[in-house]
Amino acid sequence: MENQDKLLNDITTKEYEYGFVTDIDTDVIPKGLSEDVVRLISAKKKEPEFMLEFRLKAYKAWLKMKAPEWAHLKIPPIDFQETIYYAAPRTSPKYESLDEVDPELLETFKKLGIPIEEQKHLAGVAVDVVMDSVSVTTTFKKVLAEKGIIFCSFSEALIEHPDLIKKYLGMSVPITDNFFAALNSAVFSDGSFCYIPKGVRCPMELSTYFRINTAGTGQFERTLIIAEDDSYVSYLEGCTAPMRDENQLHAAVVEIIAMDRAEVKYSTVQNWYPGDKNGVGGIYNFVTKRGICRGESSKISWTQVETGSAITWKYPSCVLIGDNSVGEFNSVALTNHHQQADTGTKMIHIGKNTKSTIVSKGISAGQSDNSYRGLVKVMPGAINARNYSQCDSLLLGSTCGAHTFPYIEVGNKSSIVEHEATTSKIGEDQIFYCNQRGISTEDAIGMIVNGYAREVLNKLPMEFAVEAQKLLAISLEGSVG
Amino acid sequence: MLSIKNLRASVEGKEILKGINLEIKAGEVHAIMGPNGSGKSTLANILAGKSDYEVLEGEVTFLGQNLLELSPEIRSRSGLFLSFQYPVEIPGVPMVNFLKASVNEHRKFKGLDPLTAGEFLKLMRAKKDMLHLDTELTNRSVNEGFSGGEKKKNEIFQMAMLEPKLAILDETDSGLDIDALRVVAEGVNALKTTENATIVVTHYQRLLDYIVPDFVHVLYKGRIVKSGGKELAFELEEKGYDWIKNGEN
Ligand SMILES: Nc1ncnc2c1ncn2[C@@H]1O[C@H](COP(=O)(O)OP(=O)(O)OP(=O)(O)O)[C@@H](O)[C@H]1O
Ligand SMILES: [Mg+2]
Repeated sequence: MENQDKLLNDITTKEYEYGFVTDIDTDVIPKGLSEDVVRLISAKKKEPEFMLEFRLKAYKAWLKMKAPEWAHLKIPPIDFQETIYYAAPRTSPKYESLDEVDPELLETFKKLGIPIEEQKHLAGVAVDVVMDSVSVTTTFKKVLAEKGIIFCSFSEALIEHPDLIKKYLGMSVPITDNFFAALNSAVFSDGSFCYIPKGVRCPMELSTYFRINTAGTGQFERTLIIAEDDSYVSYLEGCTAPMRDENQLHAAVVEIIAMDRAEVKYSTVQNWYPGDKNGVGGIYNFVTKRGICRGESSKISWTQVETGSAITWKYPSCVLIGDNSVGEFNSVALTNHHQQADTGTKMIHIGKNTKSTIVSKGISAGQSDNSYRGLVKVMPGAINARNYSQCDSLLLGSTCGAHTFPYIEVGNKSSIVEHEATTSKIGEDQIFYCNQRGISTEDAIGMIVNGYAREVLNKLPMEFAVEAQKLLAISLEGSVG
Repeated sequence: MLSIKNLRASVEGKEILKGINLEIKAGEVHAIMGPNGSGKSTLANILAGKSDYEVLEGEVTFLGQNLLELSPEIRSRSGLFLSFQYPVEIPGVPMVNFLKASVNEHRKFKGLDPLTAGEFLKLMRAKKDMLHLDTELTNRSVNEGFSGGEKKKNEIFQMAMLEPKLAILDETDSGLDIDALRVVAEGVNALKTTENATIVVTHYQRLLDYIVPDFVHVLYKGRIVKSGGKELAFELEEKGYDWIKNGEN
């Protein structure tokens, strides 16, 4: 018990490591939301007419909607008129070499441990860096272009490939899907667009690092990934945010469409500012992520490691339309201090022989609250559908909460849905065993927690897995004294 | 090396150790025997620094330091090793990673640089060979799904990696097959020098045929009620504990 208390204490003394602000010129529009602001955003970005219509429709729908209240979260009232809806770096040319890039920005990446030059040369990762809202650098474009792969900022795609966007935008996540998706649809500033043509295996991991950087700016990312027949892509999203006192609203939307036999892997490491140890500040993270397996035997897998944000509201989902299509959700969600997370997935089985797997590992420490919420829905026509769900919760200390809310609806008799759930406390005996071998309690906890999450971490691409492991340990670290 | 004076300790309000006195010098092997529940593992755990126990009275000096004031990890790094009676499983943590962290903590404590991956693997291979340890075991998670005997072998393997000054082997023999017992005992003997010491907790004389003790102590109801040379173990094997129990009250 004494050990537990000490541990708790240590954990609550650890402050966020990535709390710093980059001083870069930004072009900010006045705060608040109105039809004029929506028009202004669209105009600033020189968007085609259909995009403005999409935004306005979303804005009008949003006005009539209410923020969801069903999650196991205490969400302070958000004043949407106090948020700034657009900020772009003032100087945002495309750079030919890193020498031309703002040194402040490069410094930021160094602090984050993202050696961009190394990544470019060594890891074979194309990095589309989103600093605040507009793409600053895009790399590896040429290699990708040779294969016919499009990987660019959303704004750029709107100019270069408006037809693709017009066709697919809002297909996975309709404007009226939910309050935050509607808001995003109205005001999203930028994001990434990815198109993999028929039969192409993307030769490298596509990676985007997001950062929220302007005080009081809501970050509204929009990502659209289209994988044509027989294509494959692995997409990485990773993010950290500088320390802030006021809460920052974030409402991203990610849409994926997978055609016949296409496979899309989407991996996230989310490490936005979680607030301080007293629960002051931190990002409010309301994310809508959905993939549609439209084609037969297509596959979409979501893998997420969530350690940041004050509030996380996020359910990366799969709609399995194509026969034999496969959906996967692998999640590690760690909450500490006063963080709250309500995260999980929806697996909607529509096609025959569709399969889904859910592995959720929750880790709660401090005074945090961590919920898994999942829906497995098998439609009557989805004969022989299969789902396996495993939801584990690990508690560190006795002042945190872990909850599981599984919803299962099976509309036919040939389908099998399995759900397993466990809740455990971090083992004193395991910690002592490590101690006895010379490993400190802090390191032992990092190790044990990583072991607990291994099954999910193993699904991440190598370089990401290493980062995620460090992040889990760091998020629980304190100085043992 | 180790000096225990009048050690009294309780767990959950129940007094388990009722005044232990024990002196161990470098180069010695001490066997501790005694009926189930007499407090052998309790003593081992207290020496290793497990927090469940409350020390009521007494002093323990290890290599000139007040042992009871040191954290468990510092005790380990200072050269105290416990081979657990029931080694715990740590799912998802590969044995290699665990051991590497352990070995490098010990090195850091001694002011040495951490081993490179290559050096570490070489060391590991040598020690595995010595104990005829299945190569595959180190790729698995710490003790996860190990058989009883494999767990015990794995403890001694870790001991071989860390080369402690004082090793406490808590019923390391139980669960080992006859061949494994010999291999493990040979391993322990190979690690023996005039600089280190071993405490062997066991119920069976058999182990002591291989690891020959200089002293044998009988722990009964939280006290060392009898000490002697290795012949005491034979006597116990023959007569059981009743004669000691009867002699006690
Ligand atoms: N954590 C604990 N909580 C409650 N009782 C305990 C605890 N640890 C030990 N005990 C009790 O202390 C007594 C001594 O236990 P200990 O494990 O030291 O015995 P032992 O001599 O090692 O026995 P064995 O030969 O069976 O291994 C037992 O009665 C045991 O139930
Ligand atoms: Mg015992």
